[in-house]
Amino acid sequence: MNERSAIAAFFSHRANLGFLALLASVAILAPILNLAVPESSPVHLSSYVVGLIGKYLCYAILAIAVDLIWGFCGILSLGHAVFFALGGYAMGMYLMRQIGSRGVYGHAVLPDFMVFLNWDVLPWFWYGFDRFWFALIMVVVVPAALAGLFGWLAFRSRVTGVYFSIMTQALSYALLLAFFRNDMGFGGNNGFTDFKELLGFDLQLDSTRAALLVATIIVLAASYSACRMIAGSRAGRVIRSIRDAESRTRFLGFPVESYKLWLFVFSAILAGLAGALYVPQVGIINPSEFAPINSIEVVIWVLVGGRGTLYGAAVGAVLVNYLKTFLTAAMPEVWLYVLGAIFIGVTVLLPRGLAGLWPTLNRDK
Amino acid sequence: MSKAVSLSEWRPIWLLLAVFFLGFSGSSRAQTDDAFRVLVAEFSAANFAQKQVIAERLLDTGHLGVRDVFTALLDSRLFVRDRDQQPFIVESADKGLSEFTLLDPASLAVAGSAQTGQLSRVITNNQLRRFLRNAIPRFSLSSPDADIRLDAVRQMLRSLDAVTIQLLRDRADEETDERVSYEIDTALALAALDETDPRRRLSAVATLADRLNPEVFNRLSGLLDRAEDGSFVEPSADVRSAAGEALHDIERERTFYSVIETVFFGLSLGSVLALAAIGLTVTFGVMGVINMAHGELIMLGAYTTYAVQLAMPEHINISVLVAIPAAFLVAGSAGVLIERKIVRFLYGRPLDTLLATFGVSMVLQQLVRSVFTANNRPVVTPTWMSGTLQINEVFSLTYNRLYIILLTLMVFGALLAVLGRTRVGLEIRAVSQNRLMARAMGVRSQWVDALTFGLGSGIAGVAGVALSQIGNVGPNLGQSYIIDSFMVVVFGGVGNIWGTFIGGMLLGILNKILEPFAGAVLGKIFVLVAVILFIQRRPRGLFPQAGRSAEGM
Repeated sequence: MNERSAIAAFFSHRANLGFLALLASVAILAPILNLAVPESSPVHLSSYVVGLIGKYLCYAILAIAVDLIWGFCGILSLGHAVFFALGGYAMGMYLMRQIGSRGVYGHAVLPDFMVFLNWDVLPWFWYGFDRFWFALIMVVVVPAALAGLFGWLAFRSRVTGVYFSIMTQALSYALLLAFFRNDMGFGGNNGFTDFKELLGFDLQLDSTRAALLVATIIVLAASYSACRMIAGSRAGRVIRSIRDAESRTRFLGFPVESYKLWLFVFSAILAGLAGALYVPQVGIINPSEFAPINSIEVVIWVLVGGRGTLYGAAVGAVLVNYLKTFLTAAMPEVWLYVLGAIFIGVTVLLPRGLAGLWPTLNRDK
Repeated sequence: MSKAVSLSEWRPIWLLLAVFFLGFSGSSRAQTDDAFRVLVAEFSAANFAQKQVIAERLLDTGHLGVRDVFTALLDSRLFVRDRDQQPFIVESADKGLSEFTLLDPASLAVAGSAQTGQLSRVITNNQLRRFLRNAIPRFSLSSPDADIRLDAVRQMLRSLDAVTIQLLRDRADEETDERVSYEIDTALALAALDETDPRRRLSAVATLADRLNPEVFNRLSGLLDRAEDGSFVEPSADVRSAAGEALHDIERERTFYSVIETVFFGLSLGSVLALAAIGLTVTFGVMGVINMAHGELIMLGAYTTYAVQLAMPEHINISVLVAIPAAFLVAGSAGVLIERKIVRFLYGRPLDTLLATFGVSMVLQQLVRSVFTANNRPVVTPTWMSGTLQINEVFSLTYNRLYIILLTLMVFGALLAVLGRTRVGLEIRAVSQNRLMARAMGVRSQWVDALTFGLGSGIAGVAGVALSQIGNVGPNLGQSYIIDSFMVVVFGGVGNIWGTFIGGMLLGILNKILEPFAGAVLGKIFVLVAVILFIQRRPRGLFPQAGRSAEGM
């Protein structure tokens, strides 16, 4: 199958078109209902809700990234929140430099926490982050580099299955501990917050937030399409055959390690982009984003939506997070029970997730 | 003795008291205590000069409570109740407290509590404090308790002056306890370093040559210092070279002990890691189930300890021994339940067991929060487990760590015995090696699965009892150990019990070796990265499982 036919196949698939149409309608409706419709109107969308949708859709990108490697290649990463957080930190560094002398201590170059720690020069790794394009490159390069190094080491020595999962978890734990340290130069425990503006746009303005939401939707649509095309391509079939029979694929002469490595790096880049979009919308990034439980939650989203479907992952991310927002506000003590029950119930009863229900229901008719 | 004094004065009140007390057994003790309290109460109305006189009279009584009363006076913890002029030592006189816990000055027994407003503090001035500070070691030095005398000598060691040196000299002749004599020798030798006769100084250095006391080290290195004009503080070259050699020896011995100490701390941390991980070896290694709820099963064990202590508040000392089987049962049955209701549907799908058991861990965490609240629960350490085993001045072992090492060894021994020598163990090994063949031989594999999972979980519960003694018991207890446990299992080689044991110990020691250079957090990061890199070299751990079953993992 050549590239042209992969694109044609993509657009001939009904689920793809439906998913993209859904995203497009949110991208058009949400800003209009938020900005153009007066607040008194019942169809007005509050800025809070716009922010929530933006947050959920960032999670959806992350879920798609995890689904790409887990659903299609069988690599269960329990450390994808690491790449998400690294992308977020890179964006956070840019946003911190944008604060400039408007910080509490009013230092022209140093962010507040460095002044607080009595540092007098900017650490070398903060150079360049006053430019958006540089931060954007770092959003891609840092997660990709870490994923490349880790994946290269792991795949080359054939660390697979649960061993790989546990190693990624150890990685996220190590980085969690590292970012908690003040000496690291990333704000320690408190991380970054109090952002002022992005590319000169005030982050508190509704229009900026709406624009960020639209940007998130565009990235989500692009990620989805890219993953779908990878999955539909010839490489995608190799990747699936790695998932189903790794040794056989290797014996057939395919460089299994390279396929896995590139897929893993690509997935990490998507996660980093999601983190970079997430930080300006929620206004804070701190080391707790590295926590192993976050990575595991991502896996739940994918599991609930249905792995190996991509749109299922995105839907699962939004649904589970909506449930979380709702339950932690209404019945905080119940949330963990529900989340735990979802985990158990879906793995035991619905191994193919919500997306798996659809064909089953059709067949029953 | 105060009874005799009192009676000899023929005061009617004492006579009355004596008659009154004659009817009671142990009247002598009670009476001396009362006289002591009366004397202590006199502090409240006295001025500073009178207080010193009272203090001297207290010293003369030789009552054992003098030390406590003086210490309390120094800490501003001595109070007199306004209502009846009864003296009390308060347990803590923190400013924030609205109510003080009262202790009887004669016996230090708890004697109720009182609002802060109902008590008047006995205040002191500098002169009185200086008197008290000198009097306490002097008084302690004649205490019948050798430990108190030892403490007193060690305290005097740090600030020797003519008075204390004389006191120590006097005491040296009549001291019977070896440890106290040894410390007095050290003190007198330290004092002799200031003598004018170089031969006396030389012999003092010779005495000090094998002493590990930090004070000795400081004084000896002081001998090698130069004054501002470049001349040596110590004029005699012989004394200097002797001091240099002595220092060298002491340093070597200190290094030796610090290495041993690092190894002990490492073994202690390692045994905690191994204990937490060993249950996982059974479920992960033998059954191929990734039990993410393992940490929460440890937590259940810790909470069981807490519950057992609540149930038997009178017998805290044996509660831990009761808690071990109780925790095994609680966590073990939870494990069997998890296996029967969830895990058995997921065999052959290791990643799915990971996710489902993670769900279980969330439910268990929240369950504990609902039952015991989210706050940490206080677990009491029994007296026989607290305290330290003091080998010498620079080396001591804490008992609870020692007992945990012991418990780890016992658990490992028990597990090896169960797996190696019992029918059940044989069946567990058979199923783990080849399920189908084992079933063909008549092993009920489902029953064995439940039992294996229960065994692994029960061991996690026992680990929880140990961890409750060295850390906080809260809903997050399990979370803090789960990643370490997996590291140990993967590092040691999945399914290998010896691998887990040795892996745990090695990681513990590595952690403690790194800690002084890198700090606790960075050390831990290094260890994690080291394990990640190690797994690249040897993907199946230190001791890989051999055989056909290993291929399927």
